[in-house]
Amino acid sequence: MEAYIQLAYLIGAIAFILGLRGLSDPRTARRGNLTAAFGMTLAIIASLIYPMESVPNNYLWIGGALFIGAFIGWISAQRVQMTAMPQLVSIFNGLGGGSAMLLAILEFLKLLDQEEVVLNGYSLTIAFTLGVGAISFSGSLLAYFKLAGTIRDKHVLLPGHQWINLILLLATLGTLGYALWVPSTLTILLAAGVSLIYGWSFVAPIGGADMPVVISLLNSVTGLSAATAGFLYDNQIMILGGILVGASGIILTLLMVRAMNRSLSNVIVGGFSASAKGSTNDPNAGKSVQEASSADVGILLNYASKVVIVPGYGLAVARAQGLIKELEELLMKQDIEVYYGIHPVAGRMPGHMNVLLAEVDIDYDRLLGVDKCNNEIKEADVVLVIGANDVVNPAALEDPASSIYGMPILQAWNGKNVIVFKRSMNTGYAGIQNPLFFKDNTKMHFGDASKTLKDIITEIENLN
Amino acid sequence: MEWTQFINENMLSIYLLVFAVFLGFELISKVPSVLHTPLMSGANAISGIVLVGSILFIRSTEADHYLALSIAAIAIIMAMINIVGGFAVTHRMLSMFKKKQK
Repeated sequence: MEAYIQLAYLIGAIAFILGLRGLSDPRTARRGNLTAAFGMTLAIIASLIYPMESVPNNYLWIGGALFIGAFIGWISAQRVQMTAMPQLVSIFNGLGGGSAMLLAILEFLKLLDQEEVVLNGYSLTIAFTLGVGAISFSGSLLAYFKLAGTIRDKHVLLPGHQWINLILLLATLGTLGYALWVPSTLTILLAAGVSLIYGWSFVAPIGGADMPVVISLLNSVTGLSAATAGFLYDNQIMILGGILVGASGIILTLLMVRAMNRSLSNVIVGGFSASAKGSTNDPNAGKSVQEASSADVGILLNYASKVVIVPGYGLAVARAQGLIKELEELLMKQDIEVYYGIHPVAGRMPGHMNVLLAEVDIDYDRLLGVDKCNNEIKEADVVLVIGANDVVNPAALEDPASSIYGMPILQAWNGKNVIVFKRSMNTGYAGIQNPLFFKDNTKMHFGDASKTLKDIITEIENLN
Repeated sequence: MEWTQFINENMLSIYLLVFAVFLGFELISKVPSVLHTPLMSGANAISGIVLVGSILFIRSTEADHYLALSIAAIAIIMAMINIVGGFAVTHRMLSMFKKKQK
C-alpha cells in the first residue's frame, strides 16, 4: 500500500514540474495550470489514505475543513473583479503562509508534550517554518490592504522605519532562538507574535506601486515555509513543491524588478515612498495644461492614420475596457492602425493589463511592449493615454532626483498629438508630478474614462 | 551529535531541495511578461502543498484534543483556500487568453 502512495506522490511531483513549465508558455499555460491542479489533488488524496498505524484519523474534521476551504476559495475566485485580482492573489498567498505558521506552532506544542525538547535539526526546522510562515502571512495581509487602498503608505510608515525593521528582524531571530532554548507555550507564541509584527513592518515602508514585487517575493517565502515543513514529515512532494515555488518566485521577482530598472534592495528599502515628493524644484511651476473637448479628440482620431493607446489602471477602475474595444473597432473600420502600449508594470501586477484587455477580446498581437511601442509612437498621429500616469512620465528619463528615474517608460510625447484621459490633476500611484501633462503637444481630457470615451465614440460616429 | 543525525537521516531530501532550486530557476527563466500574473498565481496555488502536512498532523492527533484539532482544521481551511482559489483564479485568467487565440 505504502508503495502506491509514494508513487502517487511522485506522479504529483512530476505534475507540478510539468505544470510550472506549461504555465511559462502562452500556448500551454491552461493545460499547465490544470496539470498542477491534478498533481495537487493526487497529493491530497495520497495524504488522506497514507497508511498510519493506530491513528484516530479524524476524517470528519478533515472533510469539513477541506470543504469549507474549497468553498471559500472557489467562490472568491469566481466572484473577484479582474481589477481586484492582485489583492486576491496576495491574500491567498498569506493564507498559505499562515497555514504553515499554524502547523509549525502545533508541531512545536506537540514537541513540548512528548519529551524534553532538544535543539536539533528537527526543532530548528520547526522554528524556521514558524518564522517564515508568519512573516509571509502578515506581510501578505498588509500588501492586501495596501492594494485594496484601505491602508495608505503614510498610515503605516514610521520615522526611521529601516532601523525599526532591523531591530524587529533581530528580535524575531532572538525570540525564535529563545523559544528553542526555553520551549514553552509562552515563548513559542511570543516568537510567533514578533514574527508577525516583523512581516507587517517589513512591507510597511514599501510603496504601494511596488506591491506586485512584494507579493512575488512573499509567494517565494510561502513556498520556502511549505518546503521546510516537508522536512518535518519527511514528505518529498512538500519539499519539491515548496522549493519550486520558492525558486520560481525569486526569479519572477527579479524579472519584475528588472522591468522597472531597479534593484531588489532598492524596492525593499522603499525607494518610492522615501522620495515620494520627487524633485524639490518643481519644473512645472507656473506652467499650465491645455484641455481638449471630446469633439477635438474625435476629430483628431477620425483623421489619424495611426493611433497608439496607452492604458493604465485608471482605465480598469472606470471599467472602460469594453469601450476601448468599441473605439478600436470604429477606428479600424476606417483603416486606422491601432496599437496598445503595455508597460510591464501597467495595472497592479506585471501582465495584469494584458489580462484586462484580453477580457474584452482585444487582439494579443496589438499589445506591444515598451521598445516596440516606442517605435510605433514616433509614427503615431495620436497617442491616447488612458488612466496611465507613472509609466509615461518623462521624469524617469530626465530627472535624476525623481523616484522613478531609470525606469523604462512609454515615450508618449514622441507622438504628434498626445491626449491624456484623467479624472483630475492628482498624481499617480507613485505620488509624483508628471511633466508630460505640460508638454506643448499634450492635451488633457478630464473626466471618468467610461463617460469620456462614450462621448468620443459618439463624436466619431457623427463625423461619418 | 543531533546535527549529524538530522543530516544523515535527511540526506536524500537535502539533495532533492538543492536540485529543486535549480529546477525552479530553469523552469521560469524565460517567461513572457503577459504570463507573469497567471504564473505567480498558479505557483502560489502550488505553495498550498503545506496542506499535506496539516492533513498528516490532524490524522495522528488524539480525537479529544480539541484545541489541536481546531487549530489544525483552521490550517487546513487556509491552505485549501489558497489551493482551490489559486488554481481557479488562474484558470479564469487564462481562459480569457484562450478565447481569442482561435
